[in-house]
Parts: sequence; C-alpha cells; structure tokens
Amino acid sequence: MTTLIVAELEKNQLKESVRQLIAASTPIPGEKHLLIMGHQLDKALAECQLLPHISKIIVADDASLSDESAEKMAEVVLSIAEQYSHILTPATAFGKNFLPRVAARLDVPQLSEVIQVKDAEHFSRPIYAGSLITDVKVTEKIIPMTIRISAFDAVQGRNANGATIEKLSMPTLPNISQRVSLNLHDSTRPQLDSAKVVVSGGRGLSSQENFHALLEPLADKLNAALGASRAAVDLGYAPNDYQVGQTGKIIAPNLYIAVGISGAIQHLAGMKNAKCIVAINKDPDAPIHQVSDYSLVGDLNEVIPELTSKL
Amino acid sequence: MKILVPVKRVLDYNIKPRAKADGSGVELTGLKMSMNPFDEIALEEAIRLKEKGIASEVVAVSCGQTSSQDTLRTALALGADRAILIEHDGEFEPLAVAKCLVKLIEQEQPKIVICGKQAIDDDANQTGQMLAALLNWSQATFASKVEVEEDRLLVTREIDGGLETLSVTLPSVVTTDLRLNDPRFATLPNIMKAKKKPLETIQANTLGIDLTPRVTILGVREPDPRSSGVRVDSVDSLIDKLKHEAKVIA
Ligand SMILES: Cc1cc2nc3c(=O)[nH]c(=O)nc-3n(C[C@H](O)[C@H](O)[C@H](O)COP(=O)(O)OP(=O)(O)OC[C@H]3O[C@@H](n4cnc5c(N)ncnc54)[C@H](O)[C@@H]3O)c2cc1C
Repeated sequence: MTTLIVAELEKNQLKESVRQLIAASTPIPGEKHLLIMGHQLDKALAECQLLPHISKIIVADDASLSDESAEKMAEVVLSIAEQYSHILTPATAFGKNFLPRVAARLDVPQLSEVIQVKDAEHFSRPIYAGSLITDVKVTEKIIPMTIRISAFDAVQGRNANGATIEKLSMPTLPNISQRVSLNLHDSTRPQLDSAKVVVSGGRGLSSQENFHALLEPLADKLNAALGASRAAVDLGYAPNDYQVGQTGKIIAPNLYIAVGISGAIQHLAGMKNAKCIVAINKDPDAPIHQVSDYSLVGDLNEVIPELTSKL
Repeated sequence: MKILVPVKRVLDYNIKPRAKADGSGVELTGLKMSMNPFDEIALEEAIRLKEKGIASEVVAVSCGQTSSQDTLRTALALGADRAILIEHDGEFEPLAVAKCLVKLIEQEQPKIVICGKQAIDDDANQTGQMLAALLNWSQATFASKVEVEEDRLLVTREIDGGLETLSVTLPSVVTTDLRLNDPRFATLPNIMKAKKKPLETIQANTLGIDLTPRVTILGVREPDPRSSGVRVDSVDSLIDKLKHEAKVIA
C-alpha cells in the first residue's frame, strides 16, 4: 500500500496544508509519496525535502503546468496513479478541480472533504453543509480523496532519512484550456485558511466602506485574517475569496469573531469548528449566538471601535 | 448551440437535515424538496444564453427517482425547452450520474453542459469534473462569469486567492458558483405552459452502466453539538474572557 499526496503550491511555494495532508494519511499503512506540479519548482522541492514521513518526492516541472489547468494536472496524476492505493489532495479550489477527473478516468469513486481517516478503508465526511457526518467504507483498488485541511493538525518535525527525488517524464498534456488572467488579492494579512484569528463581517456592516473602516483596524490589532458572509460578498463589501461557509472557505481558527452575521447554517458550515467563537450582533435571537462561546448583543458600530481601542 | 443542464432534486436548503433514527441515512420523508440552488443558477445561465440568441435549445436532465419529475417541471417552467429523466430508484453516486450523462450526451450532442458546482445534500463537487473527464472535454469550474465566443468560452472562476479567467475549447463543462447570476422565479403562466412541454423518461438500467454503489454508507450521524456559550454585557468583560478564560488573545 502506498499513498500519493498531491501538494498545493502558491506562487511556486509549498502551502502549509501539506503537513495536514501528511497527518491525514498517517492511519493508512505503507509509504507516502509526494507529488508537486508546476514550473520552476526548486524552492518548493527544497521545502518538500524537510517534510517528515515522505519517502519519495515526485516533481512534475513543465512550463505548461504553471497555469494549474485541471485537464493537465489530472493527466500528470493519471500517469502515475496506478502505483498507488490512495491519492490525497486538499479540498480547496485546487484539489476539487482536478481530482474528480482523475477518479473518473480510473473508474473509481472519489471521497470529498474527508475529515477523518480511520484506516485504509474507513473514512468520515460531512454532508448537508456539515449538519450531518457520514461514516463510509470503500474497498477500491485506488481511493482518491480530497481532505478538509482544517480537520487535521499539521504533522511536526523534519525528515530524518531524506526522501528520494524523481523527475517525472511528462505525459502528453491536453491543450484545451488556457489561463487568460489571474487576479490574486495581495494582502499582508495572514491567510484566511490558516490564520489563528479571523475577524468576519456580514450584512450588518451595511457598506463596503464600513466593512473596511471597522474591521481592518480590529484585524490589525489581532493580526487576524478577514472573512465575510455570503451576503457581505454578494453586496460587494468584500471580495469573493473572503467568503466563509458551505461554498466558501471552511476554517477552524483559534478565535473567530463574527460581526453582523446572523449565523445561517451555510455560514456555520464554514466556521463552527473554530476553537472560540465570538458573536457581535444586535439581535439577541440571531442563530449565531447558539454556536458562540461569547455573545455580545449590541450595535457593531459602537462595539467594534471600542473593542479595537481597548485591545 | 444546444445546452444541457443537469438538475438534482434535494432537500430544500431552508430545512435542517436530520439523521434517521437508526442512523442508516438522512430523514427525507414528508420534507420539502427543491432544485439544488447551484443547478438553478446553471439553468438560469443557460436560459439567458438562449434569450441572447446564443443557445438554440436548453435541455434539462435529472438523474434520480420518479419524483425528480417535479424538479424537471420546475426547470421547464423556468424556461428549459425539454426535459429528460434518467430514472433510478437507488443511491446514485456522482460517477454513475456522470456515466449516464455521457450516454445522453452522445445522443444529444450539446456544445455546453452547465451544472451546479455541488449539490447541497452530498456536497460532493464531482459530477461536472467527472463528466468532462469521461468525455475528454475541457472544464471551467466555480464560474462567476461566462462569455461565449465562436468556439471557446471565456470563464471567470472563483478560486482561493481571488479570480481566474480561463479560455476553454468547446465543447465544455461549466460548473456554477453562487455569484454567476440571480435565478428568476417561475411565473404561474409559465408553470401552466410547462405542463405541455416534453418530459421524456429513460430507465437508467437500460443504459448499460453498472449503477451499484461503490461507497458503503455505514452510518449517518449528527456532529457533536457545540455547547452554547455565555452572554457578555460589555466590551471590557469580553476582552477579560478572551484573555483569561479562553486564553485566545494575549
Ligand atoms: C446554496 C447556498 C449556499 C450558501 N453558502 C453560503 C456560504 O458559504 N457562506 C455564507 O456566509 N452564506 C452562504 N449562504 C447564504 C446564507 O444562507 C445566508 O443568506 C448568509 O450567510 C447571510 O449573511 P449575513 O449573516 O451576513 O446576513 P443576514 O442574515 O442578513 O444577517 C445580518 C445580521 O447582522 C445583524 N446586524 C445588522 N445590523 C447590525 C448592527 N448595526 N450591529 C450588530 N448587528 C447587526 C443582524 O441582526 C443580522 O443577524 C448560502 C446560501 C445558499 C442557498
């Protein structure tokens, strides 16, 4: 039994989530191999060599892979997939994009958003926006699955033995999709999906100006990432990648401060596993209070400036 | 240009789902069912392309039980021209759905398939990508904007750090994100008209596909509840609790 972990990169660097993927894979017996795909991967490769539990690093380095097209990445994974019993990748826009292609071509089912790996055949995953959990058994020759990163604690430590490195000979890649542009929001803040503290705003912020004028200073004080409800994103208060919830990011920070967010089930899906939840809402009956550790009922236009100034 | 839109009948998003008492599955009896919200967006996009004169025909297809006819009637009332039910009584996994859709696509020859990025019941987020892979088509997932050019689509996608725009070769599979459009509501006259539109049924077991579920569901349960916390009456008391009780800020 050998597991293939497909790591996500960002700007040619390894994302922290790889350590959670390794953690998720530990109950599966056998070796762990790591695949990185992209172009100009020397730096990422050096980072991979530090990772514990990895016996082999496979590098797919090609100029045509720099746009992370799902069609191409699936082809790369398929060229080695038959050697593996399990294929793990993060349940992010990256992993969700190509892994189902791999599964379909291998004629095996895929598991999405796995939150628990019990052994090589038993897994748990949330359904209905996390309102329910299903425990499943799969006995396929290859099991591809996307992993909900926030459900696993990162493995610590460094590689003691050193992994072997294999440069992949590139399969023929399809050319049916081209990236025209990429607009990533540059931010000096911690990233939403890995931040220890998240300040998140909803419709209650009432305007884009207010959203930023009130929440940015608070986030600065707490070294926090900014998040938002769908309503806040739809209304243009915040960009789309701020969205937390069933269809946005699913996170588990140490502290989540929900400001002017009612707590719809689709929003809770994204943050209810935070260690500590604070709700600031003027409505004492808002459902967000039912999941929060500390509720402050009040007008956010007064509470937030006061909180920011007293921190 | 023909567009195919797969639609799924799911528990209405306003209803809190519960596990069956014996933990064998999800309790659905007697509860309100609706079209998966992401599929409503997919259908709306197809209908708008038809209204703009870009699409010639919009065909809605549902894979599921007889009751999915309701969802297809809704699709017809919203503006689909025809509907097809691929009927199957049991569990219908994404891979099996994708395989059934491949068979239908071989007959129907659409240029674009627009589906929801995920269904709000199993939250799998797989069918569109699987379908594209089996057909060897391009894909553009999590779309927030779609423009049709001669033989390509320009699609803006919502990704983790921001937005990406792709140019994909047709035929293609698009999966929709929430911000692609605001779906319309069906009007009463259109609901009446929809009753006369064609709705064909194909038995899934006549398609030569193995529909046996391959993921065994051992149980469905509710997650451990979060104990509800305390009310604090002032900012000072909040800061005190965060520092000394929860110890999440310094
Ligand atoms: C298929 C589907 C997927 C979805 N996915 C997501 C998702 O991923 N993420 C998500 O967030 N939502 C999602 N939603 C939407 C979700 O159902 C809610 O509509 C949304 O979360 C509401 O956002 P909100 O809490 O900001 O707004 P509202 O529900 O309008 O709540 C605003 C809150 O602000 C409070 N407020 C107003 N003014 C003040 C003030 N001055 N001071 C203090 N409090 C104030 C109000 O009391 C209220 O509780 C989804 C919906 C569907 C159908």
